[in-house]
Amino acid sequence: MSITLTLADWLTLLGHFLTLSLLSIGGVISTVPDMHRVLVDDHHWLLAPQFNASIALGQAAPGPNVLFVALLGWNVGLNAAGGPPTGLLSWASAALGMLLALVGILLPSTTLTFVASRWAHQNRELRAVRAFKQGMAPIVVGLMLATSWVLTTNLGTSRQNWPLWLLAAVSALLVWRTRLHLLWLLGAGGLLGWFGLV
Amino acid sequence: MTTEHPHPESLRELFWAFTWLALQGFGGVLAVVQRELVDKRQWLTREQFIEDWAVAQVLPGPNVVNLCLMIGDRHFGVRGGLTALAGMLTFPLLIVLALAWLTLGAADSPQLQGALRGMGAVAAGMIAATGFKLFPALKQNVLSATVCTALVAITFVLIAVLRVPLIWVLLGLGSATSLWANRLLAQARAQRTP
Repeated sequence: MSITLTLADWLTLLGHFLTLSLLSIGGVISTVPDMHRVLVDDHHWLLAPQFNASIALGQAAPGPNVLFVALLGWNVGLNAAGGPPTGLLSWASAALGMLLALVGILLPSTTLTFVASRWAHQNRELRAVRAFKQGMAPIVVGLMLATSWVLTTNLGTSRQNWPLWLLAAVSALLVWRTRLHLLWLLGAGGLLGWFGLV
Repeated sequence: MTTEHPHPESLRELFWAFTWLALQGFGGVLAVVQRELVDKRQWLTREQFIEDWAVAQVLPGPNVVNLCLMIGDRHFGVRGGLTALAGMLTFPLLIVLALAWLTLGAADSPQLQGALRGMGAVAAGMIAATGFKLFPALKQNVLSATVCTALVAITFVLIAVLRVPLIWVLLGLGSATSLWANRLLAQARAQRTP
C-alpha cells in the first residue's frame, strides 16, 4: 500500500495518539476501536489486515502490549514510503511513524503518572489515599481473575477447545504453586500449539 | 520504603530488571512483574504490589508502564522512572519489529497461529495464578476478608460474565468500596483515640 503524508498528516498522527493517551484508562487496548476509526476508516493510512496483524503481533511478542501502537506507527510510515521496505528512506519513514505513535501514546499518560503517583506516595498516610487503595484492592484481584477468563474465552469456547482450557488451568496451577520458570511454560505452550495439540 | 527492604542499587540494575521481566512477558507482563519484583527480588511486598497496581490501573496509559514508572520514580526520581520505562520498551521493541519483518508473509501459517494460541492459553493461566497469589494479601484489608472475597467474586462476574466496561466497574464499584473503606478507617481511628 502506498500513501502520501504531508507534514500536517504526520502531526495529525501524533495528535491522535496524544489524545488517546489520556483516554486509555484500563489499558491502551481499550482505545483500539478509535485507532481503527482514524487510521483505517477516516484517513486510509493502513489497510485493515495491516491493522489486525499489528495488534496480533504486539500482543504475542514479549513486552508490554502497548508495543502494538509502535507497530501501527511503523506500518503507517512504511506505507508513506511506498509499501514494503525497500531502502533507507522506507526505514527512516517507518521509524518516524513509530516514534510519533509511541511518544504520542506515552507522553501524556507518563506525565500524569509521575504527578499523580508522587502525590499519592507523599500523602500515603492520608485517610483518603489509604481508603482508595484498600477499597480498590479486592477489585484489582477480581480483575486479574476476570482478565484471565476473558483471554481464555477469546481463544475459543466450543467443546473441541478443551485442550486449550486445560493448558490454561494447568499453567495457572503451576505458576501459583511452583517456582517453575515462566519461560518454560510459555515455550511448552508454544510447542503444543505449533504441533496442533491444543 | 524502609532501608532493610531489598531495593534496586543502581539505574543499571533497574534497567536490566525491567528489561528481563519485559522479555518474559508474552501476552502481558503483569504475571511476570509479580513473580520478579515481589517473589524474587522482593522490591515490593504483596500488599504494596496490589496498592501500586490499583493506582497504575486507574491512571490512563498502559498499566505495566505506569507501574514501572512508579517503581523507578520511587527509588531514583524521574531518572529512575524513565530508566525503568526504557528497560521495559527497548529490547521488546526491537523484537517486535524483527517479528513484524520476519512474518511479513508468514503471519497466517497454521503452525505460527497455533503457537500463538498455545502461548496465549499459558499467558491467560499465568494471570489467574497472579490473582490467586495476591488473594491472601486481602486478609489484612480493612474491609474484612469475607467482604473482600465477595468483592472479588462480584468484580469477576461484572467483567468476565456481564462484560461491563472496565471504566464503569472502576468508577462505580471502586468509588463505593473506597468510600466504605474510608468510613471503616475513620471508625477504627475513632476507637483507637476515644
